Amino acid sequence: MFARGLKRKCADSEDSPPAPPACSLQRQSLLDMSLVKLQLCHMLAEPNLCRSVLIANTVRQLQEEMSQDSAWQVPAPASAGRGPLERLVSTEILCRTPWEQQGGHSAADSGGSPAPDLLSEPPGAPSAQAPRGAPGCAWEAASPRESRGGFQRSLDQIFETLDSKAPRAAEGLFADVDGPYYDLDAVLTGMVGAKSVPGDGFETLAPTGAPPPGVSYKRDLGELDHVVEILVET
Amino acid sequence: MGEDTDTRKINHSFLRDHSYVTEADVISTVEFNHTGELLATGDKGGRVVIFQREPESKNAPHSQGEYDVYSTFQSHEPEFDYLKSLEIEEKINKIKWLPQQNAAHSLLSTNDKTIKLWKITERDKRPEGYNLKDEEGKLKDLSTVTSLQVPVLKPMDLMVEVSPRRVFANGHTYHINSISVNSDCETYMSADDLRINLWHLAITDRSFNIVDIKPANMEDLTEVITASEFHPHHCNLFVYSSSKGSLRLCDMRAAALCDKHSKLFEEPEDPSNRSFFSEIISSVSDVKFSHSGRYMLTRDYLTVKVWDLNMEARPIETYQVHDYLRSKLCSLYENDCIFDKFECAWNGSDSVIMTGAYNNFFRMFDRNTKRDVTLEASRESSKPRAVLKPRRVCVGGKRRRDDISVDSLDFTRKILHTAWHPAENIIAVAAANNLYIFQDKVNSETH
Repeated sequence: MFARGLKRKCADSEDSPPAPPACSLQRQSLLDMSLVKLQLCHMLAEPNLCRSVLIANTVRQLQEEMSQDSAWQVPAPASAGRGPLERLVSTEILCRTPWEQQGGHSAADSGGSPAPDLLSEPPGAPSAQAPRGAPGCAWEAASPRESRGGFQRSLDQIFETLDSKAPRAAEGLFADVDGPYYDLDAVLTGMVGAKSVPGDGFETLAPTGAPPPGVSYKRDLGELDHVVEILVET
Repeated sequence: MGEDTDTRKINHSFLRDHSYVTEADVISTVEFNHTGELLATGDKGGRVVIFQREPESKNAPHSQGEYDVYSTFQSHEPEFDYLKSLEIEEKINKIKWLPQQNAAHSLLSTNDKTIKLWKITERDKRPEGYNLKDEEGKLKDLSTVTSLQVPVLKPMDLMVEVSPRRVFANGHTYHINSISVNSDCETYMSADDLRINLWHLAITDRSFNIVDIKPANMEDLTEVITASEFHPHHCNLFVYSSSKGSLRLCDMRAAALCDKHSKLFEEPEDPSNRSFFSEIISSVSDVKFSHSGRYMLTRDYLTVKVWDLNMEARPIETYQVHDYLRSKLCSLYENDCIFDKFECAWNGSDSVIMTGAYNNFFRMFDRNTKRDVTLEASRESSKPRAVLKPRRVCVGGKRRRDDISVDSLDFTRKILHTAWHPAENIIAVAAANNLYIFQDKVNSETH
């Protein structure tokens, strides 16, 4: 969603409003990075709750700033009024899962009921089967409406894709911290240094400046694009 | 200063897919006992290694007060939680010694879910001269026994025996990050991300929940408990830190469930330093009471702070550990280093504080003179009994000969776990699977 909108805007930049401000690009790349991190949490044997909470708080903060910044309202054609809320929902769903999954299974937990979805749903909406069968999982957000059904199917699809990774893909990500990946300048150039090259903001999301740290990371970002594309279609 | 490294064997028996063969040997906690005679380390493989300080002797001046391996045992094994389909790591998160009450030593060790009480005893005599058994323990042929003898205790080589005395299981849904023995020597607490439990050392099937910050709706979760500790003298007081950078001092006399703090220690955010990472770097990774009980030491990502229990508004001292990383937070967020949890330590007289950093550096701050030093724990840069050379990180500008530039810091080499001898200037520093013990021979008296 973000990627699409931004690319289009940049293509029109010759005859239209100026290129997006650098801090917004930074915010965007930070948001994407954070979402990837949260998704990767699902892969780990035991997601670190503190880390998940801190990342989720960062995401929330980024979203607040982005929705306050009116220049970044991406007008979704069908549901223009719900644009910001959609974004809020999508990341909220992604954020919810780490500790829903962790704490929700325990029989001793009294708060085991699934969290109410942010969007209003018909009371009799059947919950979709979460792909991994996690009871407390936020993927239960389903409704008879066509668009929502499509949403759920897409999420299932994403989940399968993410699921198929090697169980320790995240470890692989962390392990690739030696050598060129740790060249902070290259990393910074790749992510934040888009200041100088506004049009290329999202080409450089994957840090191609430095040698690719690991196939998993690049693939994650590619999948993130995929994720946000699908989310915006609803 | 002397150096004594723990030589760990390469362990191929773990079948996990890790980059490092010796992953299981990575030290995850270090703790001196109350006299400093013993030093315990726990590692990712669930083992505990205890070092004992050799008594100083005139015969062997070179081995004055050096630490040798005293005992090694497997404390925790990997487990599988069938309900959640999750592996429970055997990594030892924390070790705490109990005050010694008899000839035996006891310690608590914990992984993410289960705390165990271990008793360490020495055996240096054994009985000989049984009537019914021979020296190998086989039953004697009674027809050969013509007279009775009284078994006699004879000296033998010292044997250190470790046995699990208690297992405190099923107390925690989330991952245990701290344990702390109360000054009453009867109870202790264990803290996970959302709850703190109080246990009696003799009772394993029951614990009292004294703090619970789990929201009714997990969607509303924005803060977790990161560390907690009992006050060293007041058995009713304890402190816990949070991922939002706050400290809460609780009094167990006030209520059974200490959800309302007695004091809240929080420093207002500096608006000039605000960034998207402000909250993450404010998360407190460790909290330690001073030996006096008057102060608390906290570590967040970039600083260590000293708090006076009498002043909640802000810390009385703040020391920059590696402020040059402030401009690199985005990269450190990307490679997850920003979530590293560093520990901190007081010296015996509460005049010097110590904490670890990257590149196997660790830092010490003298509270009185306001001087600080950066030292490195590595085999290359320190030979046994050589004096450690202070290191410096240069941030651009004039660079001296042995300076390290910020960009060449190795973020995979980090000192997360450090400990200071309770009375003397001896420190233990863990760097991956190596343990470094440094002693200050020149100035043995504490400041």
